[in-house]
Amino acid sequence: MSDIDEENAPKIHVTDQQGNEHELMALEGWRVMEIIRDYGLPIKAECGGACACATCHVYVDQDWLAKIPDPTDEEIERLDDAFDVEENSRLSCQIIFNDGLDGLRVTLAPGTEP
Amino acid sequence: MSDTPISTDVIIVGAGPVGLFAVFELGLLDMKAHLVDILGKPGGQCAELYPEKPIYDIPALPIVTGQQLTDNLMQQIEPFGPTFHFNQMAEKLEKIEGGRWRLTTDGGQVLEAPVVVIAAGGGSFMPKKPPIKGIEDYEDKSVFYAVRKMEQFRGRHIVIAGGGDSALDWFLNLQPLAASIRLVHRRDDFRAAPDSVNKMRELVAHGKGELHIGQITTLEGADGQLSGVNLKTDSGEQLLPCDTLLPFYGLTMKLGPVANFGLNLHENLIPVDTEKFETSEQGIFAIGDINWYPGKLKLILSGFHEAALMSQQAFKYVYPDRKLRFQYTTSSSDLQKKLAVA
Repeated sequence: MSDIDEENAPKIHVTDQQGNEHELMALEGWRVMEIIRDYGLPIKAECGGACACATCHVYVDQDWLAKIPDPTDEEIERLDDAFDVEENSRLSCQIIFNDGLDGLRVTLAPGTEP
Repeated sequence: MSDTPISTDVIIVGAGPVGLFAVFELGLLDMKAHLVDILGKPGGQCAELYPEKPIYDIPALPIVTGQQLTDNLMQQIEPFGPTFHFNQMAEKLEKIEGGRWRLTTDGGQVLEAPVVVIAAGGGSFMPKKPPIKGIEDYEDKSVFYAVRKMEQFRGRHIVIAGGGDSALDWFLNLQPLAASIRLVHRRDDFRAAPDSVNKMRELVAHGKGELHIGQITTLEGADGQLSGVNLKTDSGEQLLPCDTLLPFYGLTMKLGPVANFGLNLHENLIPVDTEKFETSEQGIFAIGDINWYPGKLKLILSGFHEAALMSQQAFKYVYPDRKLRFQYTTSSSDLQKKLAVA
């Protein structure tokens, strides 16, 4: 028996670059990028979470924007290396999941394909 | 750089942490190495992507930055006098007589050895290409990701995209040559050196160039010849006429020519055995993030282990007539002599 209650575990919803939606079990303390990568979705995330490459760029669903801590200056600067940046653009390696983000919706941006 | 082939014991493709440590393990067994790297300095991803970031999982180093790790490795391999061929991409690998290999770089350097070690991590660092529809039709004709000869851009109508040092440096350097020059960046803030940003703003203030805040959405032109780029700005769409586009959005790693080395590949990784870390070709090894085997973990420490085992087999190709005797650096006066500590 698994000690994870999948039914009641917190989830995030990720739309991939093809427009397909995925529901992913999320773990407290994990970076959203790591959750996406661990699930096997196509995300380059080349620097592995160091805010150094912008290849984990996501659009955060409007309803969730206010619930995520503001980006650091470092993240804003790094977004300069991303494409099609919008006001809801974030680097998913800089969003740390907590239970308050249960249900979070993000979309993988162009340029994140591995 | 010359076309005269250099003969050595081992050619290492990639001067990241694993390629560097391979120099040490090979050196203990009397093998000399030449390293080829597309970057201009050692350290690979550690030095290029996260020189200041702490790494916590290097054995016996509770905390070390990417740059410190690189510096330490350079110090550790110093006794073995490796030769570096920086700013060059390993382009072609072919088998030659006597079971040897010939590697040619894009700079024309030719290296020959019985052993080649591919320690290329995620591949070669190459400029990021914007995902703009049809951009590949313009590449090398109107769209360039690097400037090799400035003269090529004399009299051109240039748009430069990006906000980092490359974008700003080339704006400043090409401005005197260009017929017109425009910088496109997504925000009115730049992470490039403040001095460059000031110079750019000065030129713009004097009407010697333009700054546009926005992002490129589509390209206009035909048959590879650009006539303009469309921008999305806060005040709507805008067309910038130009015949040349230089996008500078940082670097990304691509497998590159290694894919054409004739080795078996598994999802862009090179399968190896876990005894010798040898590829499908005898004498060609793959270590570090670029290899694959059941249970593979992309950790620097795994690459170090792989370098040690690879060296044992490499010895048999470099010195077919010698018997390998395994020794420890703590007790072997022979090894200590090589390390210049005895």
